[in-house]
Amino acid sequence: MNTVAEPGPGAAEPPTALTVSELDRLLRDTVRANPLLNQVLVRGETGNVQRAATGVVFFTLRDDEAQIACVLFRTVAEALPFELADGMAVLATGDVDLYARRGEVQLVIRTVAPEGVGLFWATFQKTRKTLEEAGLFAAARKRPLPAFPRRIGLVTSERGAAVHDLVTILRRRYPLAAVVLSPSLVQGAEAPASLRRALADVQDRVDVVIVARGGGSLEDLWCFNDEALARAVAACPVPVISAVGHETDVTIVDFVADVRAPTPSAAAELVSPNIRELRELILSLVDTSLTTIRDLLRDHRRGLALAGGRLSPTSLQQEVHEDGEDLRRLGRGLRDAAARALRSAAERLASLDGRLDAVSPLGTLRRGYAIIEREDGRVVTEARAVNASDSLLVRLRDGRLHVHVESKEEEP
Amino acid sequence: MTEKLSFEDALAALEAKVEELSRGDVPLDRALAVFEEGLALYRECHGMLAQAEQRVTKLVAATDGLREEPLNFE
Repeated sequence: MNTVAEPGPGAAEPPTALTVSELDRLLRDTVRANPLLNQVLVRGETGNVQRAATGVVFFTLRDDEAQIACVLFRTVAEALPFELADGMAVLATGDVDLYARRGEVQLVIRTVAPEGVGLFWATFQKTRKTLEEAGLFAAARKRPLPAFPRRIGLVTSERGAAVHDLVTILRRRYPLAAVVLSPSLVQGAEAPASLRRALADVQDRVDVVIVARGGGSLEDLWCFNDEALARAVAACPVPVISAVGHETDVTIVDFVADVRAPTPSAAAELVSPNIRELRELILSLVDTSLTTIRDLLRDHRRGLALAGGRLSPTSLQQEVHEDGEDLRRLGRGLRDAAARALRSAAERLASLDGRLDAVSPLGTLRRGYAIIEREDGRVVTEARAVNASDSLLVRLRDGRLHVHVESKEEEP
Repeated sequence: MTEKLSFEDALAALEAKVEELSRGDVPLDRALAVFEEGLALYRECHGMLAQAEQRVTKLVAATDGLREEPLNFE
């Protein structure tokens, strides 16, 4: 068949037009017949990775100047030991073919394996998958951190920024806890075993462990992706906080730890209550109980006033006297507390003292209330105990008024 | 000698006193006693916070196992 559109002079027959399908088939046969294009080995960077619902994965392989479309059929894609992602440097083998529907040359991948950084990443994904399937990342496994740790274990390098940050912050926030450093290598081939030993050494001596390392390159942080280390962290009898590198660094140990902290400093804050908040907490507790006592005393006094008419003057006097004793005891206790209180809390305590003042009747008068008495000295607490035209005594902060009742209205 | 109360236990005891007070059915005598006990616990908690000095140690391998040695920074 002559497929040349403009044959030279003397051509025997006129050219035949090809259908597009025929042209594509011709191309495909040519490509498939070329042994150089079968089972090629090619190096490139992945991009535009897309997964079809059918399980087929499409992507492109590129270098600086060119690219080629690639296809991974489902069976090949499922057998990959890593997750294919954009930007991976890979070595691939496959056969060049023509995808007729789009008239596109593509590489049908037989094998693909990451190179360099891609190799790190692939191993990471594989360990991650293994441990995830073993259930070690399950949310149900995560243990809460102790609210008030007594001993905090640090698994990290003896030198380095991490240990310094940790100790400084723990000292500032919660000096009540003892800190036990279990020194370890934190980079290099020996590091995973060293970290495991350091963890084993400290885990029975503390009630929480921080596994930490400052920032570094992917290779520097690599030891924290070690499967055996991850299993040791998962098996640790006390909760573990991981704090490796910077915010954006994620390691396998982060997945198995009970809590992942973005940095060592953040880990120190997560593990320790803040001493300043604790001071405020205990002050607020004293404050609450003081309010309760004040209310109790006030109710008690109201009861006494109500019972006033029925009590003999002697017993009433005695009750009031005992009340006064209680008040003085309360005052002493509070002044003691105030004396010991922190300077930062001085204002709060002063307000507590003020409240104590408010408990006494004199304090009540200072706040603008008045006590109304009959001429015989009995306290008036109800309108119905008073008649129009009665004479009463009103006691204010700085003196008393003699008043005459003009009229009254009772409220139910 | 009884073991020294931990901060956690002292705080829990203080919270228990406050709760007992706030139940409202406590007679005045008892309430004042509970209040004073609470105040004592407050002082205990406060004292612990004020006097706390962090102990930092380092694990060191010794012939008879591991030893904790004091560690000083700065």
